[in-house]
Amino acid sequence: MNTRAETAEPRLRDAARRTLTGLNPALESLLAGVVGLLVGAILMWIWGYDPWKAYVALFQGAYGDSYGFASSIARGVPLILTALTFSICMRAGMFNIGAEGQVYMGAIAAVTVGYFSLPTGLHLIVGILFAMIAGGLWSLIPALLKTLRGVHEVISTIMFNWIAHFLAFFLVANVLVDPIRAERTISVPASARFPVLVRGTDLSYALFAAVAFALVIYFVLWHTVVGYEVRAAGLNPTAARYGGIKNRRTMLLSFILGGLGAGLAGATVVMGNPPTYAVISGLPQISNIGFDGMAVAMVGRNHPLGILVAAVFFGGLTAGGRTMQITAGVPLEMVRVVEGIIVVAMAIPELLRIFRILRHGVQRLLRRRSA
Amino acid sequence: MILSYFWSILFISLHAMVPITLTAVGEIVGETAGLFNIGLEGILLISAFTGVMGAEAGGPWVGLLVGMGTGAMIGLVFSVINTYWKGNQMITGIGINLFAMGFVAFGLIMLGAPGFHAVSSSARMAPIRTPVGNLSPIILLALVVPFGVYWFLNRTRAGLILKAAGENPEAADVAGINVNLTRLLATTFGGMLAGLAGAYMSISWIGSVTKGISAGRGFIALATVVFSGLNPLFALLGGFIFGFFQSLATWIQNLPGSKAVPWQFISMIPYIVTLLVVAGVIGRVRFPKALGEPYKRE
Repeated sequence: MNTRAETAEPRLRDAARRTLTGLNPALESLLAGVVGLLVGAILMWIWGYDPWKAYVALFQGAYGDSYGFASSIARGVPLILTALTFSICMRAGMFNIGAEGQVYMGAIAAVTVGYFSLPTGLHLIVGILFAMIAGGLWSLIPALLKTLRGVHEVISTIMFNWIAHFLAFFLVANVLVDPIRAERTISVPASARFPVLVRGTDLSYALFAAVAFALVIYFVLWHTVVGYEVRAAGLNPTAARYGGIKNRRTMLLSFILGGLGAGLAGATVVMGNPPTYAVISGLPQISNIGFDGMAVAMVGRNHPLGILVAAVFFGGLTAGGRTMQITAGVPLEMVRVVEGIIVVAMAIPELLRIFRILRHGVQRLLRRRSA
Repeated sequence: MILSYFWSILFISLHAMVPITLTAVGEIVGETAGLFNIGLEGILLISAFTGVMGAEAGGPWVGLLVGMGTGAMIGLVFSVINTYWKGNQMITGIGINLFAMGFVAFGLIMLGAPGFHAVSSSARMAPIRTPVGNLSPIILLALVVPFGVYWFLNRTRAGLILKAAGENPEAADVAGINVNLTRLLATTFGGMLAGLAGAYMSISWIGSVTKGISAGRGFIALATVVFSGLNPLFALLGGFIFGFFQSLATWIQNLPGSKAVPWQFISMIPYIVTLLVVAGVIGRVRFPKALGEPYKRE
């Protein structure tokens, strides 16, 4: 009896420690969020705004009522997908910042379903497939440049974002343009739209497409051999190669999977967001989804489940940002400033440790003052 | 007639070369010491904005200094995170870029007009007048700096220390070199040059700030670094080539017969050229062994 109690105690302590270390990533994400909001508050204060009022408006707008909450989730839906784009490649040890351009291509491809008619449902599926294939193809070229020529993916994906930007501008203005209203493309017909989930909001069944994609990625990465290879290549490419893993194949695969996700993100915006269901010239609805997704990926710790949570947070920042702009007068752009700080904070490993060191330093300083 | 076309293309190319070359040379110093900063795009953007604010407060030269200071400060933050705090360089860079997009868009609204701010004429840098056109004085600087940095990297003891920190930080540490401090100084210098480049764009070259003023130049500068193989003199050449294709695109758009080709395709030229050049030269380039890795003492 006695020995059992003795072994039970360390085991319990062990379990507690493991839970705590398991919680650490979540705590660090939270801390990064707090750091971002604090720096944002300081900047607002410098520019003469009331940060408290701004944040109250932001969070009330984002999560205060069911309308706000639904809007936050709706804003988060495409971010889930672009975050996955970044995360899959990050897991494979690469930095794919090309989601932005792949979203454009996906959205453009989704619009083209307006040129033919199909039964409801099938039309939607065809649109989704178009968008995913377009995103996948747009991501394939940087992937090939990487595997065949060794071009760093940061450079190639950024260049492809710019090329996609101009190509989308061209296609919106010259090819897919609505013959009656020149400022936008033709609309996705009703038979190819995601049905609205919460009436009066932007939240549509696209949410389920995004969550399903996240679950598929989770399954592929953690429960299949290819997924294991992708993660192994990311952790240690040399060891993975000696272990018989073909790095080129994992690179291509993770890029294409990511492209499929980003393409789908474009589809969710065009086929799921009332009222236009079209791409507007200047690309206001589909801009920055790829970039914001990187922040979501980081805060979600590159894990599909973490990303789902983080996407609601960042979706809330965007949705609540509008309320902040209206009630507190702080421009919406402040949200991206906060986002940037959060990402920088996320780059620091063991943020908690640094936080503790800083706290010790301050305490020591205070003690010296009082002595 | 043809001669005047030649001069106009040459002059536009030289102006377009400056931000790419300056940023690339700064990044070469940083990468030689072992830090890879993809936040250059953000530094260009922010310092183009802060540079104008400085210039409108105290004249163009003050503006340049403010831009350099801004760049150095961001470089310093970047390097503290990635030397002493062992951060992830890529993620820090991405964060800087996101921050810059938000900050400049926000700042432009504060200045009155969302998305665009024209530099007041008193704040603009006076160009050097030549018989065939106007030249920015910063062009001269951009032509000199690469040679200075080349000399510094290859002919001084400090340059050797920098290389050691990037090539073999363990050995450098054993030899008594402060690896983290070396890297910190190198990246701060790199940020400063990018800041100068940003301020040049708004104060001297373009004469306005938009939230897209950097237009991918930070990344084109990264491509130039790849092209140069960490040799500042080749960065000068690379900057000129990329600048040439950028100006060619602008120049074609202004030709009378160019309406046949949609402007969007002409605008793609610099980015496509960048890709092709990088895909062409890669493989012949060797980078420092410890590039991108934080140095941790065993």
